[in-house]
Amino acid sequence: MLGLSFLLSIALGAVTIPPGNALRILLGKLPWFEFSGDWPSYFETILFDLRLPHSILVALTGMALAGSGASFQGLFRNPLADPYLIGVASGAGLGAIIVMSIPQMGRYLIPLGAFLGGLGTIAAVYRLAKVGRMVPLTTLILAGVAIGSFTSALTSFLMLISDEMILQAMSFLLGGSTVTGWEPLIIALPYFSIGLTLLVLGGHSLNVLQFGEEQAQQLGLNVERVKIFIIISASLTTAAAVSFSGVIGFVGLVVPHIIRLVWGGDYKKLIPLAILGGGITLLLSDIVARTIMAPGYLPVGIVTSLIGAPFFLWILRRAKKEVFW
Amino acid sequence: MKQKGIPPVLQIRSLSANYGDVKALKDISFDVQRGEIVGLIGPNGAGKTTLIKVLSGVLKASSGEVLINQKDVNSFSPSQRARALAVVPQARQLGGAFSVEQAVLLGRTAYLGFLGKPAREDLIKTAWAMKQTAVDSLADRKLAEISGGEQQRVLLARALAQDTPVMLLDEPTNHLDLRYQVNLLKLVKKLVKQEGLSVLMAMHDLNQVSGTADRVVLLANGHLKAIGSPEDVLTPENILQAYQTEIETFTHPITNRHIIFPVE
Repeated sequence: MLGLSFLLSIALGAVTIPPGNALRILLGKLPWFEFSGDWPSYFETILFDLRLPHSILVALTGMALAGSGASFQGLFRNPLADPYLIGVASGAGLGAIIVMSIPQMGRYLIPLGAFLGGLGTIAAVYRLAKVGRMVPLTTLILAGVAIGSFTSALTSFLMLISDEMILQAMSFLLGGSTVTGWEPLIIALPYFSIGLTLLVLGGHSLNVLQFGEEQAQQLGLNVERVKIFIIISASLTTAAAVSFSGVIGFVGLVVPHIIRLVWGGDYKKLIPLAILGGGITLLLSDIVARTIMAPGYLPVGIVTSLIGAPFFLWILRRAKKEVFW
Repeated sequence: MKQKGIPPVLQIRSLSANYGDVKALKDISFDVQRGEIVGLIGPNGAGKTTLIKVLSGVLKASSGEVLINQKDVNSFSPSQRARALAVVPQARQLGGAFSVEQAVLLGRTAYLGFLGKPAREDLIKTAWAMKQTAVDSLADRKLAEISGGEQQRVLLARALAQDTPVMLLDEPTNHLDLRYQVNLLKLVKKLVKQEGLSVLMAMHDLNQVSGTADRVVLLANGHLKAIGSPEDVLTPENILQAYQTEIETFTHPITNRHIIFPVE
């Protein structure tokens, strides 16, 4: 399914490359395949220089958002935690923009800035939202929205005073994925791979945490250490996602929720499945974004928010009688 | 119940703890022997739950020692402590998405690695604990789908799977109907005998305490007010002092059990 969405993603766009040709062009690059090229040569250029890096970045971004969303939900024992809603993504966006606005800093530092921005935000939100030993739903969302608006405001301010990059930054913040080529992908890849691996490894600890921090500790879990581990790995993946794709809402909320409804609440399965589902979802949303107004390009964040926001309201209504939390 | 020559499994020595500036436990000392059930009673806010939190490491003691098999557990890591002492909390809607078997297996957390991959022994212990508490037939049911009494037995099974010499129970019969209350206390008694556990159990119902516990500890305002057999501790004077409630006591004509009635 992920492979299929990926194939569609590299095939469709302003110029449509038949999926069969796209697959043959790709496989033809491998030493043990040989295909005769009955397609125009610019297909290969579009595929390798534009579509392939773009689609890989989109897939990884979706994976990162859904994986970190699932982990944040497990950590806060709250179905509405999402890197976007609790402000981490906005904080990471601010971190990325700060790095971009300082000319001496290269693009290589953008994910690091995003990571530190996200980490700072989650620390602030967690402290504000904590009531005693609990992190209740209402305070979590309120603190996330407040800190998120604050960091977004700072981001807008930074964008206004550094005019030459307004356009670039604007579409970046809408979840534009306008950055193309292999360079951003290579820069963000370590963050993606380390973050996603750590998230998958944290599944068992999240399971124990579902019984509350007190019981988790009594069962022998080093709760404080585990919380830091989850927060760092989820912030790493969020930062990687935000660095070159901007703030894309609701993927981290909707995908884990659907996975939980279908496959249950075991985080050892939930996190890998959410990661796969996130990749598929964002690839498909991105195809819609690129084709619906072709040859124009709609920021993919608009598509995910248009679908995600109503879904969010639906979960909010359901959450009242939800017994699986 | 004192056994000569064998040191008590759980020894609490001059234990004190604070919530912020509030002194919640003041200089508590008592022992629990192997195969003994000690009932922990006292009015709300007396320090029962605090004592369980301090013993299980959720709340730090401000002074004093907790020895299990003569080792001070206050210096233990969470996983070391969880191999020495298990807690049965009150059944609440937590972890409802897990199956009974998954929940009981989490009792093995302290023995599992970071990834939580169970070894053969963990699965054997889990199956054994479910059988002992008669929840094996519910293995695949979700916690959210079973009754409160069944949930409480699952939590007992989880603590049993933890394979510890000491078990603490925090008002385990709360919110259960009479049938499940009786059923659970019987089960605890059976397991204590069979496995030689040392049990400290916080309880509300004084008649259940007198029917279940070998000895009783009475807490009030964070102090240990009395300790001894149910007949010695559950006296009208002690109860009046701790609960500001007058009671009368009787001895059951057939079972000789100590029975408490509030004065009308």
